Amino acid sequence: MLHSRRLILAHFWLAFAGFGVALILGEWQMFIRSPLSAWIGNPEWYYRSVTAHGTAMAYVFPTLVAMGFGYAITEAALKRPLIGGNWAWAGFALVAAGTVTAVIPVSLGLASVLYTFYPPMIGSPFYYIGVVLVVAGSWIWVALMSVNLYTWKRANPDTPVPLAMFANVAGSYLWAWTAVGAAIELLFQILPAALGLTTTIDAGLARVFFSWTLHAIVYFWLMPTYIAYYTIIPRAIGGRLFSDPMARISFALFLVVAMPIGVHHLFADPQVGAGFKFMHSVFTALVALPTLLTVFTICASVEIAGRLRGGKGVFGWITALPWRNPMMLAVTFSFVMLGFGGAGGLINMSYQLDASIHNTQWITGHFHLIFGGAIVIMYFAIAYDLWPHLTGKALDSFRMMRIQLWSWFVGMIVLTFPWHYVGILGMPRRMAFYDYTDPAIAPQAVSVIASVIGGAILVVSGALFVAVLVRGHMAVRVEPGEYRFSVAAHQPARVPAALNGFGLWVSLMLALTVINYGFPIVHLMSLRNTSVPVVWIGAPR
Amino acid sequence: MTYDPGHITGAMVAARIERRWTAISIGIIALLIVMAAYAGIHQAVMPQPRVETADPRTLHIAGEFIESNLGSAVEPDGSVTVRAVGQQYSFTPQCIVVPADTPITIRATSADVVHGFLIEHSNVNTMLVPGYISTIATRFATPSERVMPCHEFCGAGHEGMWGRIKVIDKATFMKLAADRRRMTCVAQ
Repeated sequence: MLHSRRLILAHFWLAFAGFGVALILGEWQMFIRSPLSAWIGNPEWYYRSVTAHGTAMAYVFPTLVAMGFGYAITEAALKRPLIGGNWAWAGFALVAAGTVTAVIPVSLGLASVLYTFYPPMIGSPFYYIGVVLVVAGSWIWVALMSVNLYTWKRANPDTPVPLAMFANVAGSYLWAWTAVGAAIELLFQILPAALGLTTTIDAGLARVFFSWTLHAIVYFWLMPTYIAYYTIIPRAIGGRLFSDPMARISFALFLVVAMPIGVHHLFADPQVGAGFKFMHSVFTALVALPTLLTVFTICASVEIAGRLRGGKGVFGWITALPWRNPMMLAVTFSFVMLGFGGAGGLINMSYQLDASIHNTQWITGHFHLIFGGAIVIMYFAIAYDLWPHLTGKALDSFRMMRIQLWSWFVGMIVLTFPWHYVGILGMPRRMAFYDYTDPAIAPQAVSVIASVIGGAILVVSGALFVAVLVRGHMAVRVEPGEYRFSVAAHQPARVPAALNGFGLWVSLMLALTVINYGFPIVHLMSLRNTSVPVVWIGAPR
Repeated sequence: MTYDPGHITGAMVAARIERRWTAISIGIIALLIVMAAYAGIHQAVMPQPRVETADPRTLHIAGEFIESNLGSAVEPDGSVTVRAVGQQYSFTPQCIVVPADTPITIRATSADVVHGFLIEHSNVNTMLVPGYISTIATRFATPSERVMPCHEFCGAGHEGMWGRIKVIDKATFMKLAADRRRMTCVAQ
């Protein structure tokens, strides 16, 4: 039974509203820089749009989904009302206020610095203040997750923490520590410059701080998806979770190794030496481990469902799966995209291969496939699964859901595969215009047009998604019953203390951060004359 | 919980399969790391080893990035060093000329914001961060002409920041270099 239904719905609807607007901006960007459109006229509009698209999709949308889903998990898994409901509303208000504060200067063209900030370019201080408010709101959520977990543990000393809550709190701690890098960059470097208190900034150091956030934020986006793989999918398709302890190990590993690997985003940067680049490359390889474990556990859980439904033989269980169930479709599409995206990720993490695609359109294709594809399609699944419990009304537009999931999958493949390809050809990122008449660029034109078509399919799919949810609000009233999570095939009566709490994992996370980031940061701070004059964006001309 | 032999055996089988898969996963990752390390040691593509700095406020008046020193220079050992600067929204030199089949070291920095430096159809791909010097070693097998875009957002004119690189025959290059200190396409 979910008590804070309005709170959770508010998070989801603000998330999906931001997502919808950003999705349309994304497709507009795709079109305007393609051969289908003439010269844009004022390229600044394009960068304005990219800034808004990135800020909404990277900061606002996934953060709100993680927060709303986190509150739902807390109540459903711990079987008690959320502690600190007023604080949760305060957190929501901060995220909403931050979004508005950031969007206004961006839409006025006063902060076209992209969501990755790129100092020494400096835009309106209100943009950065808005982003800080969004993060501050999410930190209230982190604190609430912690308070709720430990209150429950005190009341239930002999029961293992439910897997969904364990994973949820792991995700919140990951985010709390991940956001620190960008927070340092914003509070100590960018905001003083934006407010006119300083006139110079160390761009290299800022990039190192941002890399601290930039990679692990992806795992924060991923957390709700992985929680859904483990705790929703096996139940929704009529199976069992193959292994509860292995799921906990995967989430604990994410907490430890997702963070101290961000320097792989700086492979081509001059301000970090070769040694630490190699070290971060090795740790980036390690983060593939929890994903490989997850792929195994989830495939095994799905196989259990197939066999429980009467599937026989080596492959018979696959045809026995409930293919008309939207949750089955969602997890399948998500895994296919995770497979391709993960393979691309292994290419990015190895220095030698990265050199040929670094900062080309390949990278944009890569993270759209992983985040927009594998991760976001599970956000849809989470919303579909939770909706009847939030609205108290039936969500039974199953045909629409299937079309929506299929079109999102097909659209994402059509969007990102050609996008990867033009990256291999060397097409640079973030340009408002390409001269496709240049013989060096002409071979990329057809692929870019294919991506525009993929983006258009995604816009239709996004509209369908919103339509399904709206129809859910208008459907007949039902009693959805208790919200349940998957049951493990061998439900453990006890779990080791290390897998029931976070002391060990958080200590390891902090220690590894100090080891992997300590030297590069101290080294850069000790260098003299590396601060450079700030360059104002959107200043009156 | 009541004693259920089937349940316990099942749990043990599950745990054994799981351990086997974990070992395979760790093996895959170890192999990838060893491959990356091996390729790093034995191939040319390596990150620059050291961090070097250059103050963008004084680039034009002192040091190796003064205007008269930009372009391609033949070193005593026969290799070629290219020095370049990126600024909103162009490269200096805007067209780089280098000989084919010769070891080339590119040294570049930025005079203002962060820029990218990429030569299409090659492994030359780096960031130009103001305050720091980027160094890349490369070699072009045959004469060709390629584009050299900035791949990092550097302001509203980013989309116009395209340089070019001309790889010319080695003998021709050396003949031209004999009476010029620094080479660019413009001076050709």
